[in-house]
Formats: sequence, structure tokens, C-alpha cells
Amino acid sequence: MPDGPGLELIRGEIEQDHPGAVLDTSFDRDQPALVVDPAQILAVLAWLRDAPGQGYRFLSSLHAADYLPAEPRFAVHYELLNRDRVERLRVKALLANPTEGLPEIDSCVELFPTAEFQEREAYDFFGIVFRGHPDLTRILLPDDYAGWPQRRDFPIGGEPVAFTYNERNYG
Amino acid sequence: MASGHVPGVKHPYGPLTPGTSDAADTEVMTINIGPHHPATHGVLRLVVDLDGEVVRDLKPVIGYVHTGIEKSCEDKSYWKVIPFVERMDYVSYFFQMEAFCGAVERLIDLEIPPRAKYLRTIFLELNRIHSHLVWLGTTALDLGAISMLWYCFRERDKILDLFEMACGQRMHTRYFQVGGVIEDIPRGFEPKLREFLADMPIRVQQYQALLDRNEVFLSRTKDVGIVSRERLLELGVTGPLLRAAGEPWDLRKTFDYLAYPEMDFKIPVGTVGDGYDRYRVRVAEMVESVRIVEQALDGLPEGPFIADDRKYVLPPRSELSTSMESLIHHFKLVTEGYRVEAGEVYYAIESPRGELGCFVLADGSSKPARVHFRDPSFVNLQAFKDMSVGGYVADMIASLGMLDPILGGVDR
Repeated sequence: MPDGPGLELIRGEIEQDHPGAVLDTSFDRDQPALVVDPAQILAVLAWLRDAPGQGYRFLSSLHAADYLPAEPRFAVHYELLNRDRVERLRVKALLANPTEGLPEIDSCVELFPTAEFQEREAYDFFGIVFRGHPDLTRILLPDDYAGWPQRRDFPIGGEPVAFTYNERNYG
Repeated sequence: MASGHVPGVKHPYGPLTPGTSDAADTEVMTINIGPHHPATHGVLRLVVDLDGEVVRDLKPVIGYVHTGIEKSCEDKSYWKVIPFVERMDYVSYFFQMEAFCGAVERLIDLEIPPRAKYLRTIFLELNRIHSHLVWLGTTALDLGAISMLWYCFRERDKILDLFEMACGQRMHTRYFQVGGVIEDIPRGFEPKLREFLADMPIRVQQYQALLDRNEVFLSRTKDVGIVSRERLLELGVTGPLLRAAGEPWDLRKTFDYLAYPEMDFKIPVGTVGDGYDRYRVRVAEMVESVRIVEQALDGLPEGPFIADDRKYVLPPRSELSTSMESLIHHFKLVTEGYRVEAGEVYYAIESPRGELGCFVLADGSSKPARVHFRDPSFVNLQAFKDMSVGGYVADMIASLGMLDPILGGVDR
């Protein structure tokens, strides 16, 4: 794993080629993470994959998370792996929930074909739209399903329980 | 292969040579296989474009056994999540437990005692043998070797007996806990395990005697479903599929977890990456797993089998009737559970199917805010199209068997 200073070094090098791309870094529980501007996510992923001395060529996992009530609330996580140096690096793109429509980010299927199913899964459960994905449809849920069930404000069981008796009698 | 084809007479099953079409009026036909089909190893639906008997395009349709486990986990305290995640990939349940417990241990920075590390290693490797036996039995059955199923399930049953002896359950044992394992192995377990370990390599030789030079098996697996190593890596494929293509990548060797750094074992690799290599790699892995279990059993350290941290680990049962403090700890852990400081962890281990990653997001409460599993079957399934397009339908079924997807893990 890149340690704390190593992470800052990577940040500095990315900043030279793509100013403003890295918003923050974190080194929590021995796991390094870069927080990246979602508009420049592809540039950063391509840089980490191809720049000499980096070589994070394997995308282990792509998944989404909902940090409600934090703002911006959504994040797409890219768990990158350098198989030669056996180093993992997490890249996070934080996405705000727009007042209308769904949060959007560029698809990285061109860079990492493995992301195809995983981006569909993130879309299926969080409603995050991956621009440029070849077939962005629901993958595990039925096509006619309404809602984004892994969001934190989506109740377990699908719908809130209405306590009509209590409301009627006790206001 | 064009035997039985009379010139001028259209063959009832279309052209027999992949990539050629002997009639201008050949139509591509889209057919549906599954979701309930014995050859799909679970509830998997395949939409296949066929040109005669040749697969032109293929799309797996999944989600038929999606049960929302990841969402359900968000409503359970950490220790109650363990039985949920076990039921994702129902053939390798110890691996799911280890991925989740390991992730939580990293979140709360809890070191597990050496004996627990060794016990976990023993059970993980037994589970790997068990998983490969289920795979070998069912896949050989697909290819017409019916007796393999009975032989493999005979040995599998011995492993389940061992699980039952130590854990009380044959499947979904909930044996691993955050901090260690729930109980020490019972008396009489070790001789029974040694008996199994002495027996297993002989059994593997018997499987190989049945299959290695079996004419039918060879013609169904040799040069079938080859995907290049580079393409497999692009598609994120890991585990025996990647190793069969010649890439010696195994998280047990590369990352430091449990007792694996102290174990001496080899990583079997293939050369061309066809169905036969995949079979050979998995069979060789069973023998290596036996070696790991033997070493772990020989080197099993004395000492506690679970960490002694009362804020995360249940106090011993015997203390509950004598110590008020233990009773309070027990009550707090069972009712509310323990709180985990906000943070996130991704922890990956080598499951029988590849990299099994667990992402846990903690928000400071006693329930995880997100539990995500990077299931190897789910990611590996993307390579199925590359394996099958351009080959025969029958080879597609053989490739699916060699892919070894567990649909419970794919759909979660």
C-alpha cells in the first residue's frame, strides 16, 4: 500500500497533469484513498492505470455507497490494484443528489471492461447514471422496478409502515 | 466434424463447422436457456443467438435469486450480519464469514489470537476442498461422467461431518466470530480430520484416474472456452480461471492474512486456459489445500481461540453466573451490539472462485451503513460471452460448468 507520504506524492503528480482533480486524500485503517473530482474521474483513473511508475491496472471492485446525511451524499468507489507491487488504492468520486434527475458520472467501461456489470449494479441499487455505459439497465432487480433500494432513505420492506390507528386516535 | 452431412441435404442442426455457414438462408435464431435448467448450475437465464449450432452472441440474465441481503445487513447489528452474508455464496460460506469478520476486525482494529488464525485457515481450506468437490461432481455430471457426482459427494459428506462436529451445523455454520471463532475444536476432531487428510489425496488420484485421460472428457474440455490471459485480466477475472490461463495470482500468497504466510504451498497454474486446464488447476488446488490443513493442524498453537476484548467479544458462558460485570457485557453485546467508529474498509480474500472482497461502511452506530460483497462469480460471469461465442452450444454448457458460478453469490 502507498503510505501517507506516498499518497501525497501521487496526489502531487496527478495535480501536475490534471490541476484540481484530487480534492482530498485520506489514510484510514491502513487503506489509502483519493477523493477525486467526479468530472475528472476518467482522467485520474487513466493516469493511475497508464502513467509510468503507477500501474494500477486491475480494478478489483467498483461499488457505490450512500453517506446520508453527509453532503454530497453518494460516492462511487474504485478499488484499484497494482498487481506487481501488490498495492491497493481506493479512488472515491463524491456525487451530490441533484434536485431533479439522477446523479451522473462518466462510465469507466472503456478503461476497465470489468466495470460493466458493477456499474449496472450501482445504477440498479443507487440510481447513479454512468454516462457512456454500453447497456445501462437494471441487472439484479426486475426491469419495471421503481426506486433505488440501497439508498439509505429507502425503507427496508419497500414501503414505510403507516400507523393509521395511532394517527386517527392520538393525532 | 462434418460426418453425416450429405451434400445437397440441409443438415437438421445447421452447419457443423464453427464460423462457416453452408447455406445462404441460414437464420440466426435467438433462444432462451433457463432460468430453470439443470445445466445452468442455479437460477441463471441465458439469451443465446444461434447460427445453427454455433453461438453467435450471448447475454446472461441474472437476478432471479436476488434477496436483498446487502440491504438487510444494514438493519442488523454487526454480529447478526454474519449468518446473512453466509447465505450469499452458499457453497463457500466460511469465506463469506471470513471476508465480513475480517473487514469488521480491521474497522475496530482487533487482533485475533494465533489459534483462531490457524483454526480459520483450517476451516477455510476444508471449505475450499468442499467447494471444488461440488464443482467437480456437478460439472463432470454435465459432461456425462455421472459417477463422479457420487464419488465427489461422498468426500464432501466427510467434510460436512467435520463441520458438524466442530460447529454443530453442516452448512451455514456461523463458526467465525468477530475476534476469532465461537468454540474450540472438540476432542476427537483431530483424529477424524487426520483420517480425512490421509484419505483425500488418494481420492483425488482416483478422480484423476477417471477423468484425466477419459476420451469423452478430453474431447469436451480440451481447447474449449479459451480466453487470453490479458482479456481475463481486463474483465477482472480472478481465481482458478485466471490461474488456468497461466497467471500465478493468488491473494493467499500476495496479501498477508490469517496463517497463510506461515504455510508452505504451491499455486497450480495452467498453460492455455481451456476447460481442461481449469479442471487440472482445481484438482491440484484440492491437494494443496490438504497440505495447508495438515500444516495448520501440526502447527496449531495453544491459547485462546477468541480475542479477550469484552467490548466486542461475548464473555465465556461460565462467567455469566458468577460475574455481574460479565453479565452486563453479555447483555449489552446481545441486545444493542457494539458500536463501530465511522470509517470504511475493503478486505479481500481468495475464495474458491477468486477475489472475494467485502466493503463495510461504518457510521458510528451498532449497524453497518453498507455491506457490499465483491463476489467473484458475479465478475467472472462477464467472461462467459468471450468463452462461448464462436463455439458450439454444447461447448457453451461445458464452459459454464468450468466457470463455476454460484448464483446465490451472483445475485446476493
